[in-house]
Amino acid sequence: MSMNEFKPKIVAFCCNWCSYAGADLAGNNRLNYPADVKIIRVPCSCRVNPMFILRAFQKGADGVIICGCHPGDCHYTSGNYYTRRRMALLFSMLDYLGIERERTRLEWVSAAEGAKFSQTMNEFVEAVTALGENKRLEDLRCKE
Amino acid sequence: MQRVTRDALVKKATELLSAGTVDRVLGWRAGEFSYDVTPYVFSNAEALEKDFVFDDFCGANFSKYLIKECGKSEGKVLVFLKPCDTYSFNQLQTEHRFDREKVYAVGIPCEGMVDITKIREKAEGISSVEVEDSGYVVKTLYDGDVKLTAEEALAERCLSCKSKKHVAYDELLGEEGEVLDSNRFSEVEKLEAMTPDERFAFWKGELSRCIRCNACRDVCPACSCEKCVFDNPKSGVENKAIADSFEEKMFHIIRAFHVAGRCTDCGECSRVCPQNIPLHLLNRKFIKDINGFYGEYQAGEEVGSRAPLVNYTTEDLEPSEAVGKGDGENA
Repeated sequence: MSMNEFKPKIVAFCCNWCSYAGADLAGNNRLNYPADVKIIRVPCSCRVNPMFILRAFQKGADGVIICGCHPGDCHYTSGNYYTRRRMALLFSMLDYLGIERERTRLEWVSAAEGAKFSQTMNEFVEAVTALGENKRLEDLRCKE
Repeated sequence: MQRVTRDALVKKATELLSAGTVDRVLGWRAGEFSYDVTPYVFSNAEALEKDFVFDDFCGANFSKYLIKECGKSEGKVLVFLKPCDTYSFNQLQTEHRFDREKVYAVGIPCEGMVDITKIREKAEGISSVEVEDSGYVVKTLYDGDVKLTAEEALAERCLSCKSKKHVAYDELLGEEGEVLDSNRFSEVEKLEAMTPDERFAFWKGELSRCIRCNACRDVCPACSCEKCVFDNPKSGVENKAIADSFEEKMFHIIRAFHVAGRCTDCGECSRVCPQNIPLHLLNRKFIKDINGFYGEYQAGEEVGSRAPLVNYTTEDLEPSEAVGKGDGENA
């Protein structure tokens, strides 16, 4: 029962030019995705500093997902290519420190992919719910 | 035992000073004990003769000192560089952190430097350490002489030395070395083979000792930003009393990330850590990943090379391909 009651807090960094519009489209099409997902709009997925991700975990997030334009479709030509390298290394480092791999994810969602947005978020929330609360990157001082 | 002697270095430095090629010398000076050698700027032959030392305790990498030292006068500064230091030297040049024209670099061969904390583990009350051909004789206050082999006394970074080759110099003392086939990733591989729980326990044990003294950051040649993100009072990691383990993880992950692709693996972070945290294992993980994901890259090997994190190809691995999705194995 207690596992079912757990509602994860998910932070989704969404690129203004694609995934953020994708989320809008999901809304327009009445496609459900969990209300636990809190979207933060960024100008490009490469705006996401690794510190943002750690900070989100510090302040109580249980999972962080970064959504950007498909490779080749970046509004700024190449931003998401840098994101891809950075996140591969950061996720690998978090894994190396023993932090659950499932808590971080990078997905490419275009403005036309409302359905993909909804499906991605549903999957991600499900995976994080299965993991339970974030204990390994929490900051007790930030707990309510 | 080093192949070049202290006297050879003093002779070279004195020659260059008297010829006017350089007007000061970045070198090592004895500290309170023979084993706590400290960096020092010498400006005349007398001071060199009196205080200059070079032995197996001269681990300090001088590259970063050049950033400040180059701007201090019109003349050139003489710097002694061990092979691993030359990589940092090149990397700082790539980042335009000092004026190459104002430096006279003398490459010196290195046979590995001693890690005094390793000696302390084996011998209590060290009064002095004598360097012999085959090893070290530690004179102690209580237990008499303790003999140590090179393996027992040398720093971990030296036992897994990546290169004896100088990649930059104006003049070389001794012979040109070779890039070595080192096993420097073996510790990283050991950690990777553990379960996530074991890894978490390992890093929690190591990082929770961090006292946030910033020594690793301050000594790191790659950490040469004028303003550091951790100097921001709002960063929340500057608190003195460590109330929670999050801060150390934050600091060390971000620091390792900020130097990723530019870290030459000189090992200074681990050398200066007063808590003996194996910080180089974080940097080596990034180096190993970069080599694996994006092809072999050694920061500082050549001036002007483009670091992997400021570069990309359209064919790069997705994070889920590179490190997997997890698939519940950690749960």
